[in-house]
Amino acid sequence: MSELTNELLIQKLQEKFGDQVFDIQEPYGLVTVTTTRENIIPILQALYDDEMMQFQFLTTMCGIHYPDNKGQELGVIYHVHSLVHNVRLRIKIFFSEDDAVVPTATNLYATANWMERETWDFYGIRFEGHPNLIRILNVEEMEVFPMRKEFPLEDQTREDKINTFFGR
Amino acid sequence: MELDKATTGTTELNTTDTFVQELTTLNLGPTHPATHGIFQNILQMNGEKIVSGVPTIGYIHRAFEKIAERRAFYQITPLTDRMNYCSSPINNMGWWMTVEKLLGVTVPKRAEYIRVIVMELARIADHLICNSILGVDTGAFSGFLYVFQEREKIYEIYEEICGARLTTNMGRIGGMERDLSPLAIEKIRKFLAEFPAVMREFETMFNRNRIFVDRVEGVGPITAERALNYGFTGPNLRAAGVDYDVRVMNPYSSYQDFDFEIPVGTKGDTYDRFMVRNEEIWQSLRIIQQAVDNLPEGPFHADAPEFFLPPKQEVYRNMEALIYHFKIVMGEIDAPVGEVYHAVEGGNGELGFYLVSDGGRTPYRLHFRRPCFIYYQAYPEMVVGTQLSDAIVILSSMNVIAGELDA
Repeated sequence: MSELTNELLIQKLQEKFGDQVFDIQEPYGLVTVTTTRENIIPILQALYDDEMMQFQFLTTMCGIHYPDNKGQELGVIYHVHSLVHNVRLRIKIFFSEDDAVVPTATNLYATANWMERETWDFYGIRFEGHPNLIRILNVEEMEVFPMRKEFPLEDQTREDKINTFFGR
Repeated sequence: MELDKATTGTTELNTTDTFVQELTTLNLGPTHPATHGIFQNILQMNGEKIVSGVPTIGYIHRAFEKIAERRAFYQITPLTDRMNYCSSPINNMGWWMTVEKLLGVTVPKRAEYIRVIVMELARIADHLICNSILGVDTGAFSGFLYVFQEREKIYEIYEEICGARLTTNMGRIGGMERDLSPLAIEKIRKFLAEFPAVMREFETMFNRNRIFVDRVEGVGPITAERALNYGFTGPNLRAAGVDYDVRVMNPYSSYQDFDFEIPVGTKGDTYDRFMVRNEEIWQSLRIIQQAVDNLPEGPFHADAPEFFLPPKQEVYRNMEALIYHFKIVMGEIDAPVGEVYHAVEGGNGELGFYLVSDGGRTPYRLHFRRPCFIYYQAYPEMVVGTQLSDAIVILSSMNVIAGELDA
């Protein structure tokens, strides 16, 4: 079995998925590609099943919010790891805020269950097909998705509050 | 016939000639003393047997990822401290290394070795707590008392290095805050000389203790395939037989210089997890010994004044240091645009930091890959079919730290 290097991985990604993956970069030595949400599960599945590459370990996934990117405000970032070759790969998808629905990866990785719940909890990204998509760290009654950029933290220099009321 | 029905675990109304079979709902937690943290497990019990479990977390969620988006890089250290508080230096160092990777700062060899020493001490403390608490949960209290004294000694070493004990803050971007003092090295050597005897005693107390082994052997096993699918890392994964260790796979901080082994288990049960942690303590001792013996000479921090917080004495006397101190503390130095993922082997698994920088003074997005959060979701699968007392030891042996779980 030949060694999987970043160059070979990029080459294989281009061969296998063509223009389904784009914006291929290598920041700080970690291959990063972008794809669309229609393709994300087939690509993850293909990487999982590929006899040579074997990306079978989902390290982490999280959401991200770019309010200024019109039409592509929200994103999900997957970090997968091929333990056989010890190569990591980052896959990103971006989509619109108004239509924040992504297919679930729980059929592939059991670990995606809570990660997707966390992403839903913080960013309001709905994972279609998820068995139990409820909030995980915040209270159920919460109506907003707190990690979005429209909910900034309180300005620590504001002076219109009397600190003694807040125990500080 | 009715008895057969009873064991299927379905709630069933019935007629007068059979007995009523109902499942008990048991709330294990949120503040149960044996869960060692605030998380709730709603267990469905059929008699003594667990039929299903639903974990609920988030009771101490503090929104670290959100808070981090407004803080300059140095101010994020206290957040990482409070994740896995049993081994906070590892979290700190992991965070510094992430920032160093982003900024492109090269850390001198001496600082890396000091970091290794501190991180391995933290790992020993973490494993000691986990294993001794497992002993407490099976009714063996004295082991806990023995090793708590040893953890105290580790904390005294921290105290000698940086002044703090639990939420340490001994690192800086580019190295360490200060060099190891001769007294600190002496204390580390003393620990290396004295601790093995206690550790051996601790091991003999448990390893062949009939009651203990009966309580943990074959309890809560998980196969290597399931563990990988669940994203397990650290001792929990290695107990299942996969020799994945970030220190070896993606060496950071000069770990490639040291000679150590990765202990692995075979069955992935509670006993294996216990044994893997014990063995890792020995390996950590080996690493510390090598690092202390071969501690390189040289500076303890990188020559990167725009990122390395200058020593306080310098700040009082030197104008340059004062300016840099101010600029760093106020977060006036922007980071380059970029995204970094850096992982370290934390006390209980791969602790990863995913940092997206848009070129400002704070991270645009910071995501913590918290090992506890990832493998606690396997808990229901591991407890189904066992008894309540087993559920307690499984939870203990997984080393789920509430601070890290909820972040």
